[in-house]
Amino acid sequence: MITANLRDWLLSDAPTSRRQARFASWYKGWLTLRSNTLAMVGLIVLALIILAAIFAPVLATHDPYAQDLGQRLLGAGQGGHLLGTDSLGRDIYSRLLYGARISIYIVLLVAMVAPLVGLIVGTVSGYAGGWADVVLMRITDIFLAFPRLILALAFVAALGAGIENAVLAISLTAWPPYARIARAETLTIRNSDYIHAIRLQGAGPFRIVTRHIWPLCISSLVIRVTLDMAGIILTAAALGFLGLGAQPPSPEWGAMISEGRKYILDYWWVATFPGLAIFAISLAFNLLGDGLRDMLDPKEDNA
Amino acid sequence: MKKSFVAAAVAAIMSVSVAAPVFAETPPNMLVIANRIDDIKTLDPGESFEFAGSDVSRNVYEKLVNFDPLDLDAGYQPELAESWEISEDGKTITFTIAEGHVFSSGNPVTAKDAEFSLRRAVLLDKTPSFILTQFGLSADNVEETIKATDDRTLVLTLDKPYALSFVLNCLTSTIGGIVDMASAMDNEVDGDMGNDWLRTNTVGSGPYKVVEWKPNESVLMDLNPNFHGDKPAMERVIVQHIQESATQRLQLERGDIDVARNLSPEDVAGLADVEGVKVVDELRGRLMYFSANQKKEMLADPKVIEALKFATDYAGMSDSFLKGQYTVHQAFLPRTFLGALEETPYSYDLDAAKAALAESGFPDCGPIKISVRDAQERMDIAQSLQNTWGQLGCDVELIVGTGAQTLDRYRAREHDIYLGAWGPDYPDPNTNAGTFAINPDNSDEAGATGLLAWRNAWAIPEMTETTLAAVVENDTEKRKQMYLDLQREHQKTSPFGIMFQQIEQNGMGASVENFVAGGATTEVSYWVITK
Amino acid sequence: MTDVTNGEGRRGPSFAPWLIKTVATLVTVAVTLLGLLFVTFMIGRVMPIDPVLAVIGERATQAQYDATYLELGLDKPLLVQFGIYVSDVLQGDLGKSIRTGQQVTTDIARVFPATLELATLGTLIGVAIGVPLGVLAAVKRGSWIDQVARLVGLVGYSMPIFWLGLVGLLLFYGILGWVAGPGRVGIFYQGIVEPITGMLLVDAALRGEWVVFRDAFSHIILPAALLGYYSLAYISRMTRSFMLEQLNAEYVITARVKGLSEWQVIWGHAFRNIRIQLITVIALAYANLLEGSVLTEIIFAWPGIGSYITTSLLANDMNSVLGGTIVIGSIFVGINILSDLLYRFFDPRAK
Repeated sequence: MITANLRDWLLSDAPTSRRQARFASWYKGWLTLRSNTLAMVGLIVLALIILAAIFAPVLATHDPYAQDLGQRLLGAGQGGHLLGTDSLGRDIYSRLLYGARISIYIVLLVAMVAPLVGLIVGTVSGYAGGWADVVLMRITDIFLAFPRLILALAFVAALGAGIENAVLAISLTAWPPYARIARAETLTIRNSDYIHAIRLQGAGPFRIVTRHIWPLCISSLVIRVTLDMAGIILTAAALGFLGLGAQPPSPEWGAMISEGRKYILDYWWVATFPGLAIFAISLAFNLLGDGLRDMLDPKEDNA
Repeated sequence: MKKSFVAAAVAAIMSVSVAAPVFAETPPNMLVIANRIDDIKTLDPGESFEFAGSDVSRNVYEKLVNFDPLDLDAGYQPELAESWEISEDGKTITFTIAEGHVFSSGNPVTAKDAEFSLRRAVLLDKTPSFILTQFGLSADNVEETIKATDDRTLVLTLDKPYALSFVLNCLTSTIGGIVDMASAMDNEVDGDMGNDWLRTNTVGSGPYKVVEWKPNESVLMDLNPNFHGDKPAMERVIVQHIQESATQRLQLERGDIDVARNLSPEDVAGLADVEGVKVVDELRGRLMYFSANQKKEMLADPKVIEALKFATDYAGMSDSFLKGQYTVHQAFLPRTFLGALEETPYSYDLDAAKAALAESGFPDCGPIKISVRDAQERMDIAQSLQNTWGQLGCDVELIVGTGAQTLDRYRAREHDIYLGAWGPDYPDPNTNAGTFAINPDNSDEAGATGLLAWRNAWAIPEMTETTLAAVVENDTEKRKQMYLDLQREHQKTSPFGIMFQQIEQNGMGASVENFVAGGATTEVSYWVITK
Repeated sequence: MTDVTNGEGRRGPSFAPWLIKTVATLVTVAVTLLGLLFVTFMIGRVMPIDPVLAVIGERATQAQYDATYLELGLDKPLLVQFGIYVSDVLQGDLGKSIRTGQQVTTDIARVFPATLELATLGTLIGVAIGVPLGVLAAVKRGSWIDQVARLVGLVGYSMPIFWLGLVGLLLFYGILGWVAGPGRVGIFYQGIVEPITGMLLVDAALRGEWVVFRDAFSHIILPAALLGYYSLAYISRMTRSFMLEQLNAEYVITARVKGLSEWQVIWGHAFRNIRIQLITVIALAYANLLEGSVLTEIIFAWPGIGSYITTSLLANDMNSVLGGTIVIGSIFVGINILSDLLYRFFDPRAK
């Protein structure tokens, strides 16, 4: 009864308040998303991974750091190890669970830092125009012209290996596209009557940019960030694989592949399970992002 | 339309599957080796100081004296020098150069070439030059101290009566390689004595010459047509840079290569049942150790060090991830060296470790940072140390970096614990004694970055005296005893936790004979190999 | 896509606008490349890896250290060092690599063709499969083929390439033995083919060394297929979306009404119209493979420019890193300008 009412309220053709309108548009979006099977699969997988990360201490069967040199390189199921053990006798299943925390931590941090930098550079560039625009866009181009992984490698090499520095390095390479998007949005908004009116009311540039332009840029940035999540995870894993990301004994998935690579011929699972984990989380993000784009971007069809 | 697309896709996939490699076997007169050779920076014997570079050099340049690959235990033997004499005061050595040796350029080897090569090594003043300058040879005096009196006589004049074995052992190392003076000087640029040219070209009198060297990719060697000895069976040797052990193993199994030089213990085990492949073990000179910076208050407490030495799982490591590739060894001279101490007083004993720690000024231990480079086996060792030292209550953190990064910190004496490897530079006990057990001036200003004892700020005025005395002891038995005593003392009191000595496990085709990697004393010798 | 010309469409004076435009483009490119060099240079200088140690190794004395320090010019102020470097570059001198002991130009001439070869074949594979797949998905929109195409693309975007490479190597080389292992060519074929272009497949074909060609092909096919898969994901997706736009356009409906066959409608009309957009996309995918194959090169021991820059970077061999960056940066900028020009030239709307 209540749910039916709620549904009617949400799907009402004539919303009575702004809040209702906003909730209604979200709900409609959700309905579209729900009808997209692949996107729902992505969402469910992602939810499972996040739950696994949160409840890692409960779900883990072993201490992810505890070594046992007598129990090394066991196969799946042997000796009570669900997915076997690695070269130092650590339980792979438990390490994967804790590794999920690291991946999610990295994604969240980058997703907060990079778009913010892009937003600031892009809006300032778009709003100020003139020389500031030329200089800022030139800098953006310079960073775009870099091979991304190599730039990230260079930054990590300069800052020192570690998760936080990897996050910083990935953010430093990820911001230029956001800056371009934010600038494009700003250019279309800048000369609108709405902004003119605010300017006439005596608002300064800082206030206009932060209070009125930023909120309008955010939705397009959010879509882009969701689509970039998988890329961020893969870059972080690549850094871990090259030994420049999370440091041992941290169970970061890329680093686990790197450790397991040595044993791939006889103990294939050591490198395979973390690889599957990375694949699963980035595929989930991609499926979801793809669905979100279908939902929010009218240019793409949604049959 | 759909059909044709599917057909095209199928055809594309089929074409991939028929792309199988052509040969399954290497040609009979060619030796194909997979190895990690990305350390080669130069082929110039006066400058080369890396493992893979020394491998090349040994097969290209002859030395005054050298090791017989089929009888390494016999020690140095005549090569370019057919004989030598030492003067009454023990400071002058006179070599007689053998006849019949010819460089790959066609020029005969004379005493002038030997004079040029040794002087050049001193004058270039590259990293390995200390091997010669430690005898008092210097840029200022080479004109007098290294002298060819005629085409067949070379006279070396030293500043002290060093043990003859010490001097000759040093001359067997890469820097003792004799180059063709005429070719080098023809290619001289700005007074570099051919250094620039010799970095990528070779002119030696050894069995091979380098045809092509592609950095990080491959070294290709062909026979030196003028080589005076028996014609080697392998007319062409190719060393390919293959980073991964798994890849090397696969290539070996498929017959793409003859020798795989960097197999992991797991891959060695995996080869056990493979037909037509064998693994040959050889004890090498490289040691794996940790060392504690004596500038750090806690680590300067001898009882803490003792606790750490007991809290190290030597057997656990050498039976698992180091299996077959490192043997437990706890003295600074590698086995097979003169005077090497084989006693291993430390074993994994947490009770002993805890007892020692309780007696120290730091019964609760504290934070310890281990500096380690990002190489797999070192990382594994570091993680094992992290685990077992952690059980003492120490809060161990790994500081991982590239080789240059960790080394940089080590030389600046900024580390807590450094986990590293040390390989002898020349086959004489002094090579290790002179760095693990010598530190004439422990001040920062001394900047003796080449000395491990200095890097760890370990002040040892008395031990330094003993070590210095050992190099001028000409009675071999006495000299041996001096080193044994030195190592016992070192084992007990030093901040060095020497853990392992390397065993090289080379995988090769079953028909490959006489592959000798060089033992603890020298490098690989391709010219005796048959298959 | 990078809009290198920063074209906000401001009109120049009426005389020779193309001249002004060209000059402006050149200046922009020069500034971008200079900035690229500057950033790379600064990274090298703040990097906690000592280039001197990389040259002289562990055993060197302090005096030898100091000598090399001076030789590398590290005693001069940073900006002076940068100035010297740039003026050398302008004279075509990229300096010497401290890691290989050779001229950086020599090194790059050796490693770049390897990458070019791999990226070209990868892009060819991506185009050969990606374009038909994208067209098919657009035509059969919403069908299972469309879903499969979408999934294939998304899976491509989600795979850690270093892992897929390992698994592929294990499967196709290790277990099945269908293809050859890492490296460019079997070891004993080394040095048989005298280089012409530096691209082994091309050289072997030109010299008629078909045995070497076959062996080299067997080495390159797996990494190229892997890279091809990645550009396939991108190309098929873009093709699909371009095609959808066309298929909904009025002229297509008109053409159908006129009774043209489906084949003619799709390939003769719709596809013709997306050619230019597609070229831009393919150019971009190509540029991405040229610069982005670091991990593939490492896994497959492919001696290309990606692994060259990476290993140089970790040894703080900055001359090599800077040289590689110039090459890759120039390619990126160049391809962007080219696709921009193509676009302007062919697309009436852009005029």
